[in-house]
Amino acid sequence: MGEAIVITSGKGGVGKTTTTANLGTALALMDKKVCLIDTDIGLRNLDVVMGLENRIVYDIVDVIQGRCKLKQALIKDKRFDYLSLLPAAQTSDKSAVTTEGMREIIKELKTEYDYIIIDCPAGIEQGYQNAVAGADKAIVVTTPEKSSVRDADRIIGLLEKEEIDPPTLVINRIRKHMMKNGDMLDIDEIVQILSIDLIGIVLDDDEVIKASNHGEPIAFQPNTKASIAYRNIARRILGESVPLQSLEDETGMFKKVKKFFGIRS
Amino acid sequence: MQDTKQKQYVTIKGTRDGLTLFIDDRCSFEDACRELQEKLSVNQAKKDEQEVPVTVKLGNRYLYDDQKENLERIITEKKQFAVQSFETNVILRDEALAMLEDTEIKVFNRIVRSGQVLEVKGDLLLIGDVNPGGKIVSTGNIYVMGSLHGIAHAGADGDHNAVIAASYMNPSQLRIADYISRSPDYESDGVYMECGLIDQEKDKIIIDRIQVLTHKRKSLSGFERRIING
Repeated sequence: MGEAIVITSGKGGVGKTTTTANLGTALALMDKKVCLIDTDIGLRNLDVVMGLENRIVYDIVDVIQGRCKLKQALIKDKRFDYLSLLPAAQTSDKSAVTTEGMREIIKELKTEYDYIIIDCPAGIEQGYQNAVAGADKAIVVTTPEKSSVRDADRIIGLLEKEEIDPPTLVINRIRKHMMKNGDMLDIDEIVQILSIDLIGIVLDDDEVIKASNHGEPIAFQPNTKASIAYRNIARRILGESVPLQSLEDETGMFKKVKKFFGIRS
Repeated sequence: MQDTKQKQYVTIKGTRDGLTLFIDDRCSFEDACRELQEKLSVNQAKKDEQEVPVTVKLGNRYLYDDQKENLERIITEKKQFAVQSFETNVILRDEALAMLEDTEIKVFNRIVRSGQVLEVKGDLLLIGDVNPGGKIVSTGNIYVMGSLHGIAHAGADGDHNAVIAASYMNPSQLRIADYISRSPDYESDGVYMECGLIDQEKDKIIIDRIQVLTHKRKSLSGFERRIING
């Protein structure tokens, strides 16, 4: 029996879709069967980030409205078999999906897959309700900005009303120098305000944007900070305890030695 | 008929502050009214007489509003009397419960997050934080054991003596009764163990150390305050 995790944030543009794609990829790299669901009906993105846009025939609305079977709508990832995607519809609107429909789809997927990762649309309306409906766990994504933390707080408040485990937190798009100068909210400050468990931090990296433009989630790359960060989060989801990435740049001899031995951090 | 009249239902006593009317609580309201009417109509008032304040003591009798009006009419009709107050030992169960609700401390153990509103009657003790964008409202005092970042509104029904105390005070707004104060426009650090209250002289909400409450709001701790205010 699998586990359904919803990735949500309230605010738009904080990296929900990127996080979904990369966590899914990272989990699949660890030999877990993973299915990604895009619930942002009308504004689908996840297929683009995954580089699977050209393979879409049926979508989630077709499944809910009975035009096709669930298996027909699932798209196998081009890189490996363990990863599938259930794309959102581009032409319908959010009212085409119901919470019952979502629950049924997720229930069916749970029998096949180890992890179902649900990409939630921005906002707290019907789209959010649908995305959260069938989830067992929630991961809240925020950036170190006041507005995004405020929205994350609101979302956590709403998630507390649902019958799911307490949500965990990913802080995305951290810029080291700004945080060090105090121009961005501190990690401790964010965790203190939101008072939920931190499951990972991801540094802001140009490579992330480059990779998603190529339809290759960054988690495939072996050595960038962001890809390690996403794989660390995946390991924490699996129950391993992995220390948080340090924000300091290592310099000098120590780094060279580490590099020589292939130790990454 | 004569027998029943032997014991008086209504006794009138003069005191320094005017007259006190004792009405026996064992007779029927009609009997008491009749006797009162008789007593008061004995001699007519002189027009130039000064108005006399009257306190009516009812003992263990409960009067409905229309009965009160009735009684007041009888008393003020014939003489230069003015009813100052009705005093009774009994109140309705509902009133008592409402009074109790207004004075109880309600304890909550949670975080009030952005967009959430926590509203209570009486005093509020919150064990947890109020995050930015969250709001807590009470008709009495507010005590926050945690960080207050959002909006707190004490004395929402108009109690100017209400206070807001927090372990860590960094609110976006403090409201007490109909007073509002907001945080400054520049970034500011909060303060530990402080409270907000209305300063009568400055006519605005001030924030001060919690210790000042011991002399500025002496009645804060006592249940008596609640009975008196209730």
